[in-house]
Amino acid sequence: MNREIARLFGFLVVLFALLIAATSWSSVIGAKGLQDNPYNRRPLLLAQRIPRGLILARDGTKLADNRHTGSGETLRYFRTYPTGSLFSHAVGYSYVSRGSAGVEKSFNRELTGQENEFKSLVDQFGGGTKEGDDVHTTLDPKAQRAAISALGGQRGSIVAVEPSTGAIRVMYSYPDYDPNRIPGQYGQLNADASSPLFNRATQARYPPGSTFKVVTAAAALDTHRYTPDSLISGRNNKIISGVPLQNDFGQDFGTLSLTDALTHSVNTVFGEVGEKVGKDTMFKYMSRFGFGSRLGLDYPRDEITPSGVFQGQRVLGATDSVDIGRVAIGQERLQVTPLQMAMVASAVANGGRMMEPRLVDRVVAPDGTVREQFNPKEHAQVISGQTASELGQMMSKVVQEGTGTASALSGIQVAGKTGTAEVVRGTTNQAWFIAFAPVNQPRIAIAVTVERTSGQGGTVAAPIAKQVMEVLLNG
Amino acid sequence: MSARNRELFGLLPVTLLVTAGFTAVLIARSKDINKVTVTYGAIFLGACLFGHLFIRARLPDADPYLFPLCALLATFGLVEIYRISPHRALGQAIWFGVGLALFCATILFLRDFRRLERYRYTIALVGIALLVGPRLPGIGRITNGAYLAVGVGPVQFQPTEFSKLAIVIFLASYLSETRDVLVRGRLPRLSLKHFGPMLVIWALAMLMLVFIRDLGSSIMFFGGFLALLYVATGRLSLVLAGGGMFAGGAVFLAQHIPHVHDRVEAWLHPFKPSLVDGKSYQLAQGVFAEADGGIFGRGLGQSLLEVTKGHPIIPAAHTDLIFAVIVNELGLFGGAAVVVIGLIFVARAFKTATLATDGFSKLLAVGLGTIFAIQLFVIVGGVTRLIPLTGVTLPFVSYGGSSIVANFMLLALLLMVSDKARRDPVVTRGGLV
Repeated sequence: MNREIARLFGFLVVLFALLIAATSWSSVIGAKGLQDNPYNRRPLLLAQRIPRGLILARDGTKLADNRHTGSGETLRYFRTYPTGSLFSHAVGYSYVSRGSAGVEKSFNRELTGQENEFKSLVDQFGGGTKEGDDVHTTLDPKAQRAAISALGGQRGSIVAVEPSTGAIRVMYSYPDYDPNRIPGQYGQLNADASSPLFNRATQARYPPGSTFKVVTAAAALDTHRYTPDSLISGRNNKIISGVPLQNDFGQDFGTLSLTDALTHSVNTVFGEVGEKVGKDTMFKYMSRFGFGSRLGLDYPRDEITPSGVFQGQRVLGATDSVDIGRVAIGQERLQVTPLQMAMVASAVANGGRMMEPRLVDRVVAPDGTVREQFNPKEHAQVISGQTASELGQMMSKVVQEGTGTASALSGIQVAGKTGTAEVVRGTTNQAWFIAFAPVNQPRIAIAVTVERTSGQGGTVAAPIAKQVMEVLLNG
Repeated sequence: MSARNRELFGLLPVTLLVTAGFTAVLIARSKDINKVTVTYGAIFLGACLFGHLFIRARLPDADPYLFPLCALLATFGLVEIYRISPHRALGQAIWFGVGLALFCATILFLRDFRRLERYRYTIALVGIALLVGPRLPGIGRITNGAYLAVGVGPVQFQPTEFSKLAIVIFLASYLSETRDVLVRGRLPRLSLKHFGPMLVIWALAMLMLVFIRDLGSSIMFFGGFLALLYVATGRLSLVLAGGGMFAGGAVFLAQHIPHVHDRVEAWLHPFKPSLVDGKSYQLAQGVFAEADGGIFGRGLGQSLLEVTKGHPIIPAAHTDLIFAVIVNELGLFGGAAVVVIGLIFVARAFKTATLATDGFSKLLAVGLGTIFAIQLFVIVGGVTRLIPLTGVTLPFVSYGGSSIVANFMLLALLLMVSDKARRDPVVTRGGLV
């Protein structure tokens, strides 16, 4: 019988090995899938048991804080947003019932203090309670408030960025929402026709109008096909891509320099420049400026859209059939985000070197040690330093004597470019202004856009940019 | 080192685990737990020491590992139950004491386990009566759709835990006597006389499915029977025939008994929207808890058990699903430890069987070891989705008086067989197991 006993034991060993295999599957190998199972509320409930890290503004203002209910086993933490709707889109929200958005989402791992397996082994003996790490953003409440009051309840968006670091100081989108109301009123906010949950700064694709001439000029100068003094015909109804192109108000310009053409935003000049520079080169420079990408922003992937020439949801490239002469003046199927246009201004301001935009400066543990420091990162050397400086001078003339005079600051030289894209012929425009200042040593670059306004970029958007820059440069 | 000193030494890990476990739970939940509750651990350790001293006095030659292995499993259970509910941990510690008392009583009053052979038909009848009990009006209790408990007033107990012992004793005795016939008989010429007992047991297992609707217990009984049949006769053909009959019957009944069918459906599609909040809720929450454990677990006292006060995430966390909580808190390592400890226990039971010289002792030790192994397999396999989840307890680990007491009796019988076998001068060579 002993032989049978040994064999029976062998069989039981196999059964027990299966048990360990099954345990390995549910606890380790297949754990990821189980954790992501929509019926598994455990990860969300667990996240509520630890206080999330704070989200702080550049000046230390608490943008996201916690309150708690219960104690012991039933202790739960909930988010509160002390500044309400101030940074609704940039900071976002985080609630078990509604998920998360914004920095709350992109830095969820840090905010919940998720550790690796070995750390939890140590915890096992220490019994330590976990805490999330604090996220210090680059956001500037004072300038953001200025942006809110300057936009004054018009639908649109403002993005301001530090050219040398890519640090975003202002990110505003109106209509906004109070993140504290998300748990109770999410359905209502989500259904609202004015899309308050939508971050226009990163998600809205607008026609850029003439602000895009900055990109065209950059390509023209950087390829040495043109200089700021190159003379080009500004005649109205010039044939561009086989179709006559009109200047604003049908104005006829004689032959004028590239600088003057930018100052007065002459469509027919830049249409020709775009054609001459060519589609391949135009797309090459657009790509260097970050078009077609999400710019490397530390923000949830599904809350930022690329800019570019669109066919439906597809971004077109140099091999597609595109009227490049009209792309060059910001028409055709070109669609851009306010963030992208702020980054165009920022690249010119920073000697042609475009930095990756970022919302978070550092992650700090509760005990004060810096867990992660995000240093400025170059996106691309978009244009040469010389091109950048020539283009900066051209843009400063726009503010001194051209379409952007309404953005002029006293004592500080501003470089900028207006844009007005017709949405409904003759009555409704998408108004734009992009700028940086001071011209000699730029400290801030900005993009302002206003939706469905009867005004122009120079009359509606430029004064808003002025107010925000004033606070950013003096405050 | 003598066997008994090795046993005492074997209680060292038990002491360490109890101390470390209680300390960890206390640290993790210092706000909630009254410090007095630590004494539950002390009661438990005292009981362990008493058990050891008793074995030293009465069964000096018994296997030195069986008792510490049970104590170790009980420790996992006690610490986790303490973590789930300090109040229940007191109950468990007391049941451990009661179990130990019955353990001693069994050894003292039975004296020679071979006396059981004489009463084998009585024992078999008692075993069957215990199984039918839960179906009787008045005292039967229904648990999650299965008739698993007998209750009189507030006192409730699970008779399957005891009937498994009765049936193993009967089978060991019956097969040790009839094995010669079964071994010699040529298969084509085997008459109903030889197949008869097998058919009876098969019918009983099928009736269990129909009447108490409990797949887990049926597998346990019939699996134990097939194991003994194999060891007694060495005829794999009999086992395969029996296994086939059981599987066929079980599959047929699974489709026709709603409760068993539900269990199989929940096993196959635990995340189906129509099941996940109902019939497969327990299983789904169990594997979610395991997934949360990872390799090393969340740490003792760190798992999430309640949504809000009094609303547990996992139903029956302290009984049937305790393995899921262990994996949640101690990870794959903790879960594998429980399985491996169980396997070593089975190995020691089988070793005892190989050392024994007479058929009854051998079959009794193998039967007890096997039924322990299958019970562990059924519940751990159930909560890890290896097989359909059915409600049996994890031996020595799960909360519950019936389970603890019955398993202590199982341990007593094994130790008695072992003491006798190892005292016997004939066999000294060790085998594989």
